[in-house]
Amino acid sequence: MPVLSALELARIQFAFTVSFHIVFPALSIGLASFIAVLEGLWLKTGRQVYLDLCRFWSRVFAVGFGMGVVSGVVMSYQFGTNWSAFSNFAGSVTGPLLTYEVLTAFFLEAGFLGIMLFGWDKVGRRGHFAATVMVAVGTLISTFWILASNSWMQTPAGYAIVDNRIVPTDWFAVIFNPSFPYRLLHMSLSAFIATSLLVAGTAGWHLLKGRRDQAIKTSFSMALGMLLVLAPLQAVIGDAHGLNTLKHQPAKIAAMEGLWETEKGGTSLNLFGIPDMEAEQTRYAVSIPHLGSLILTHSWDGEIQGLKSFAPEDRPNSLVVFWSFRVMVGLGVLMILLAAVSLALRKGGRLYETSWFQRCTVLMSPTGFIALLAGWVTTEAGRQPWVVYGLLRTADAASPVSRQQVGVSLMIFVVVYFLVFGTGIYYLLKLLHKGPGADEHTPAGEREPIGATVTYSGRRPLSGADDRIESEQQGGADHA
Amino acid sequence: MLDLSLIWAGIIALGVFIYVMLDGFDLGIGILFPFFPDEAERDVMMNTVAPVWDGNETWLVLGGAGLFAAFPVVYSAVLSALYLPLILMLVGLIFRGVAFEIRAKATRTRHWWDLAFIAGSGSATFFQGVALGAYIQGIPVLNREFAGGGFDWLSPFSLFTGLGLLVTYAVLGCGWLIIKTEGELQRKMFALMRPLTALLLLMIALVSLWTPLVDPAIARRWFSLPNLFYLLPVPVAVALCVRGIFRAVSRRQEKAPYFLALAIAALGYVGFLISIWPHLVPPSVTIWQAAAPRSSQAFALVGALIIIPIILVYTALGYWVFRGKVRAGDGGYH
Ligand code: HDD
Ligand code: HEM
Ligand code: HEM
Repeated sequence: MPVLSALELARIQFAFTVSFHIVFPALSIGLASFIAVLEGLWLKTGRQVYLDLCRFWSRVFAVGFGMGVVSGVVMSYQFGTNWSAFSNFAGSVTGPLLTYEVLTAFFLEAGFLGIMLFGWDKVGRRGHFAATVMVAVGTLISTFWILASNSWMQTPAGYAIVDNRIVPTDWFAVIFNPSFPYRLLHMSLSAFIATSLLVAGTAGWHLLKGRRDQAIKTSFSMALGMLLVLAPLQAVIGDAHGLNTLKHQPAKIAAMEGLWETEKGGTSLNLFGIPDMEAEQTRYAVSIPHLGSLILTHSWDGEIQGLKSFAPEDRPNSLVVFWSFRVMVGLGVLMILLAAVSLALRKGGRLYETSWFQRCTVLMSPTGFIALLAGWVTTEAGRQPWVVYGLLRTADAASPVSRQQVGVSLMIFVVVYFLVFGTGIYYLLKLLHKGPGADEHTPAGEREPIGATVTYSGRRPLSGADDRIESEQQGGADHA
Repeated sequence: MLDLSLIWAGIIALGVFIYVMLDGFDLGIGILFPFFPDEAERDVMMNTVAPVWDGNETWLVLGGAGLFAAFPVVYSAVLSALYLPLILMLVGLIFRGVAFEIRAKATRTRHWWDLAFIAGSGSATFFQGVALGAYIQGIPVLNREFAGGGFDWLSPFSLFTGLGLLVTYAVLGCGWLIIKTEGELQRKMFALMRPLTALLLLMIALVSLWTPLVDPAIARRWFSLPNLFYLLPVPVAVALCVRGIFRAVSRRQEKAPYFLALAIAALGYVGFLISIWPHLVPPSVTIWQAAAPRSSQAFALVGALIIIPIILVYTALGYWVFRGKVRAGDGGYH
């Protein structure tokens, strides 16, 4: 077995912890906005079903958010523990951006989260709604700053180098660096898409089990409606993102496409292949002439630099990004298909009665998160060997700590993350399995949300009748 | 020109104190958990902080981010020097943070989550204290990089400051619970407050005697002649606070114990600041030597000065919304 160096261990540690982390924020970003919309609809229409859904998804949100916070705290310290040379070199840019994230986003989320989760009978309805909106806005502000930071590392701008350190000269250029708008939109949409798929899959599962109450139907319908808008939009934005990357990081695009030669008069697209870094070629390539130029330059004979035009030590690993990119795009196409089928079924009035389609939604429910991770692997591995593109190599970014220290801490993280977040995810799935509306019928013996139930009945807009019956009577009429 | 470095050092010092003030009692509750095996009492204890724990912890993140922005050298040197204790602190925070969300939902595995909460709070606190002790002892820096060994942080002194912080947070937690509970549980808290305070006094005395031994520069600062007169009020004030706590407990005053305990923590903190001044990485790097470029400090400062007051307002609002006693069975977990 090869012995890993401190640097490699630190890279594995960063990739491992951030990949765990990003899954939870994505869920939080999507769910917070979804919950705010549900609560707004409830305030406007007074319909019980929206309140049911709002309460249910808030409980899911709470678990996901908690795990997002603790895994995020780890991230914010990791730049110092593992990447101190990077922090010394570029901390003057990434530090202030992270500070703004803490000040404008983390405090906002944390400050209003308590009211959102526990404040139902402490503040009025409007006050509560305001708190929910604050939390949702906080998650989006957080996305803004962290992506400004990450995008700056990909496409640095607005700086000078003095005394071997970055000195920011123009903060506007730092924040709105060339890749930031694309990355911000693309990532925010990924969070919404991943959440929509999870909500749709949960509802689909309950439909398969025979539930037909309003809460389930509304979830299913809203989530698939979202997907119908967002999935195609994501492809459009992703395409623009790719064009932009070609301009700023041509080596990344060459690696993503497994292109070695710079073809004259139009580049073909490799649909399939196994890039081989040693042999400098893509084996078993199945390619379509001119398609690469069409997609990446929007012209018949646009030229794309091949990997061979970059020095070997400046090439990202093509095998990794070729495939991670295809996983992301492939899943994106499947999502568009799913949304299109849902539209057809909805038109035919069979959205809630087509069991093969419900099975598809269940199968697709984790794919948003998979695509999101695949996207990040493409972006991050594709910018190697640089941490700050063109300025600081990953190899020069690490801390002067020993292999043992990094190795031991990596082992601790792996064990703890699987243990803690593993059980966390187990409870999330259990909640989803129960589904919305179940908490009202919790047997007295089980310790579940005591306060929630009490408040709930105290404040319900339509008093009296049991929810289940109520929602059955309303039927699906108003959800076309 | 404004001395931005000094302002930033002040902001970070204030942020760290607010952290101790808020997360101190929060972690303290976990440290006190073992003394209260009854599940219903544990529910109440946890519910007193459930709506605010996340905000409390965010001050720790602000401390880290503020250092990163204004003093990247400190952030990178101190964090790599304290590598293992900080990682272990983070692991502790993971366990207790997730315990908040899951303990209430678990049925069969509830006792495991109790344990996660106890061990997580305890180890987070202990390793914070160890990091503090190692920091006081000094961190060698060469060319803006940490220049020591992987286990430099481990010493009898740092282990002892770890214990000291455990006791400090336990006292703060006990004071907080006196405010937030009533009846039998509150009576137990009152009973616990006195021995814990006595233990805290002992810890403070030992750390105060030990610190000058660890670092001759600190000894000179405290024990040279004119200084001694200015600094003498610090231990006197500590003694007065301790007496105040004992009195408040016998008179069953609810708010005084927590705030007096906080005053003790503040005095200890001031003593610590006096000892390291003007260094940001003792014994060699000063506040000014560690500064980030002026454009970075200025940019972040604009945000900090505008936003921190707003944060304080809505943090206070949050505490106000959840004011009053927490009783068994109410304010239950979502
Ligand atoms: C603000 C900075 C930042 C942000 C927001 C992200 N990354 Fe990153 N990433 C880095 C900063 C960074 C880094 C510090 O620059 C690393 C560490 C070592 C390296 O080469 O780059 C890195 C490496 C790195 C690697 C290893 C690549 C390799 O070594 O070949 C992976 C797989 C990811 N990241 C994945 C992610 C994911 C899933 C993210 C989603 C949140 C993410 N990164 C966000
Ligand atoms: C590697 C870089 C990252 C660092 C250093 C980091 C840091 C953090 C920290 C410290 C927290 C906890 C905040 C608290 O105490 O409330 C957190 C949570 C969060 N992070 Fe990250 N993060 C990173 C990547 C990302 C990315 C790429 C995104 C989104 C696009 C993101 C979005 C969020 C959000 C929305 C939260 C709120 C908590 C949650 O949603 O669960 N983070 N992050
Ligand atoms: C369907 C067509 C899609 C296209 C053409 C596309 C295109 C791209 C490209 C070119 C990048 C790399 C940009 C760079 O590193 O410079 C990227 C990154 C990424 N993609 Fe996609 N994408 C698509 C779908 C999706 C879907 C469905 C998701 C998730 C739900 C997703 C999530 C991400 C994420 C999280 C990143 C990394 C962050 C970023 O650079 O924005 N993508 N995408």
